[in-house]
Amino acid sequence: MKWTINGQVREAEVDFRTSLLDLLRERFQLSGTKKGCNQGACGACTVLLDGRRINACLTLAAQVQGREITTIEGLSDGEALHPVQVAFVEHDGFQCGYCTPGQICSAVGLAGELERGWPSAVTKDLKTTDVAFDREELRERMSGNLCRCGAYNGIVDAVSEALGEEVRR
Amino acid sequence: MNPFRDPMSSDRFDSESSGVALAGDYWRRDGKPDALGTSDRVGQPLSRLDGAQKVTGRARFAAEFSFDGMLYAALVYSTIANGRIASIDRDAVESMPGVALVMTHDNAPRLNTAPVFLRSPNGAAGDDHPIMQSDRVHWNGQPVALVLAETQEQADAAVERLEIEYRAEPAVTDFEIAKGQARAPDNVLGGPAEIALGDADSAFAAAPHRVDATYTTPRHNHNAIEPHAVTLKWSREAGTEILRIHDASQCVDLTAASLAEVFDIDAAQIHITSPFVGGGFGSKTLWQHQILAAAAARVVERPVRLALSRKGVYRVVGGRACTEQRVALGADDSGKLSALIHSGIASMTCHNNLPEPFVQATKCLYAADAIRLSIEVADMHMLANTFMRAPGESVGTFALESALDELAERLGMDPLALRERNEPAQDPISGLPFSSRHLLEAARAGAERFGWSGRAATPGSRREGEWQIGMGCATATYPYMRMPGAAARITLSAKGATIDIAAHEMGMGTATVQTQIAAARLGLPVEQVTFRYGDNMLAGAVLAGGSQQTAAIGGAVIAAHRELVTALLALVTSDSPLAGLSADDVVCRDAGLAAADDASRFADYAEILSGAGRESLSVEAAAADSEELAHWSMHSFGTIFCEVGVSEISGEVRVRRLLGSFDCGRILNPKTATSQFRGGMIMGLGLALMEETWFDARSGRIINPSLADYHVPVQMDVPEIEVMWTDIPDPHTPMGARGIGEIGITGVGAAVANAVYNASGKRIRDLPITLDKLL
Repeated sequence: MKWTINGQVREAEVDFRTSLLDLLRERFQLSGTKKGCNQGACGACTVLLDGRRINACLTLAAQVQGREITTIEGLSDGEALHPVQVAFVEHDGFQCGYCTPGQICSAVGLAGELERGWPSAVTKDLKTTDVAFDREELRERMSGNLCRCGAYNGIVDAVSEALGEEVRR
Repeated sequence: MNPFRDPMSSDRFDSESSGVALAGDYWRRDGKPDALGTSDRVGQPLSRLDGAQKVTGRARFAAEFSFDGMLYAALVYSTIANGRIASIDRDAVESMPGVALVMTHDNAPRLNTAPVFLRSPNGAAGDDHPIMQSDRVHWNGQPVALVLAETQEQADAAVERLEIEYRAEPAVTDFEIAKGQARAPDNVLGGPAEIALGDADSAFAAAPHRVDATYTTPRHNHNAIEPHAVTLKWSREAGTEILRIHDASQCVDLTAASLAEVFDIDAAQIHITSPFVGGGFGSKTLWQHQILAAAAARVVERPVRLALSRKGVYRVVGGRACTEQRVALGADDSGKLSALIHSGIASMTCHNNLPEPFVQATKCLYAADAIRLSIEVADMHMLANTFMRAPGESVGTFALESALDELAERLGMDPLALRERNEPAQDPISGLPFSSRHLLEAARAGAERFGWSGRAATPGSRREGEWQIGMGCATATYPYMRMPGAAARITLSAKGATIDIAAHEMGMGTATVQTQIAAARLGLPVEQVTFRYGDNMLAGAVLAGGSQQTAAIGGAVIAAHRELVTALLALVTSDSPLAGLSADDVVCRDAGLAAADDASRFADYAEILSGAGRESLSVEAAAADSEELAHWSMHSFGTIFCEVGVSEISGEVRVRRLLGSFDCGRILNPKTATSQFRGGMIMGLGLALMEETWFDARSGRIINPSLADYHVPVQMDVPEIEVMWTDIPDPHTPMGARGIGEIGITGVGAAVANAVYNASGKRIRDLPITLDKLL
């Protein structure tokens, strides 16, 4: 089977039961993607599949053959961090750091959803394609990523700052 | 001094450009405070030094280390709460693809029982059950088989196929029934199970104003987002058997000592590292998974990874016990307490040593003429309960601080005024003076910032559409501790210093803050200090628990620092500007030492070392005994303010505003401290509104072992949380600081419940406050 992971074509023979999450962590040693519950409840395994955020634990590796997968390791460029990563450090958007890669991938995926004009449960006007970029929308859209340390305020501050410019333009 | 200046500014502290003196004997009755406590060299909002590793995914956790030839483990958990294993049909599973071992009580190697935490000096284990040594089952969820296979998929498939039959025996799995056999535990955290001051029952009966209510709190699970995991390997080095463990641990030394007892080897043969821990909250200690993984690895002579599933964590790692608490308060017309009774029952087992100590906070908070505090336990067939963030105080303050709110209403008093009326001059039980208590300042400043004066005294009188709005407050508190065992090594060279200590970083900010502190003490830039931790081979033994780690490390570094400076001064030659000076005559600054009373007498470390022909200098010292706890009553304090909306239609509670105003001594890094406080308060919101481990009273099985069914607060549940602090240094602690990891969760349950009452007129005494209770 083949996948494009962080811009590189990767190949492996894997068990049909292998999740995308285990493929990344156990076969390709891309352990930045975390396993918090392995049942789609915590968001720690969030990665981008063709630019859209998904739970890697609920996705079979076989199911996404040939697709483009971006993990936390693919967001930074060598030592140069992605703006969302920089903002997470600056705003203390984490404590233990275990949910953090998933939070960051989720935030990057969220920016794309706002750009595409996808509404959320708190979007007042469901017909609009010009979704407001405010804390309420961010909090709703980041609610699939649990943080037990409780860095939620810092996370919203970080996402708000890092994506504000990009999304508002 | 205005203690409530912008917490991000530290301009009210001494400017220490001239250097910091060595810490004094802060622990002695007439000792000298640690100069760093009042120095502007600490208190900077430095971003986490390990931040880049965490945001890029480079930080490696226990399940992310590998060994060549490693096998994957999966566990089978019992489905009965008490009884025996009748049969295990292993044949079909042993022949499954990839399966290397099916380990059960029939073929497990002989293992000694693990020493229990707080019962044995080496104890890191949650309970004293034999581990896979017989056919006996002690709780529903006990590991009864372990499978090793070449891949996780194969191991997981194999455990699904393992057929086990049981002979169940009667089990006590209903708390209502267990309560009937409640007993007094032989100790509560080393103290008595009952404390009495005067005749509280008679005083209560005679009081003109009384509240007597029962409050209940459910079981909780820590739910750190990183599930417990180990990756380990046995090997031989120079003829000695070595067990190398990558663990997720908040007690590497105790774990090594305990495992040494289990496997009958020397603790020096066990090397545990735990550089990153994905949240602990009391749970990342020694449970059966590490022992079973090590036992299996020894049998097959191959490395093993055992990563518990989320469900597995609920089966193997204990959580917080449930409690039923009575609080009875008697007061005179002015609100002065004449009687304070706090008693109750917590679930426990005969195999562990933690009666959930829910009266801890009550010991220090209020002056009352007569006090009676008591804890009983109800033994059940269940996984041993354990320490979870602020064991005791988190659920105890829910009961006590709800009762205070009820009394205030009965008296027609403002709840804050009632608390102020009963502020004690010294520790109500021990009579010791407080080392530093500024609760009232914190409460007043918090009330002002929050707008407490806008609270409507009459419940249910404020509304916005379907939402009834109310405010509540409650006192938060957690004790200061500094446990024995801490030691530190400092290695100094021309390039800077390395601090080694077997401590832990689980997100509290330890690695960052301790680097800041060491840099400040040594007069070095932060970039020239390396703080190494999370390794049992390093100096000392420090538990990341009881909110004591910062003080414990601080005490050890203070001792090592003195040792280092003494050793440096012993190296200087007679022509050195420092010649003839002793440790108390110098200050550290600009990467060197200077005479305290003559800035011109200075030599930098590089010069001192090279002058003595040394590349580096390394010293190790143990912290002074924590004598301060014998002289003073030492606690952190705070007041939590909360505003909620309660939907009249659905009963839903939304927390609109939350503020914590704390008095925890000196705050060492405002940025990471803010996260600690907020994190605790958010766990408090979970405790107040949603968290509950569902324990099936018929089977003794936890029936919501998942993050889908056990609800923790999510982003949308959490408002912007305001945090403020007095920043008044405690003269009797290292750095003037007291711990801040647990106080945040205390008081929040009651603050929310009191706000719900103020909003809706409904008094909920049974956590969590779910919407069904408000309809």
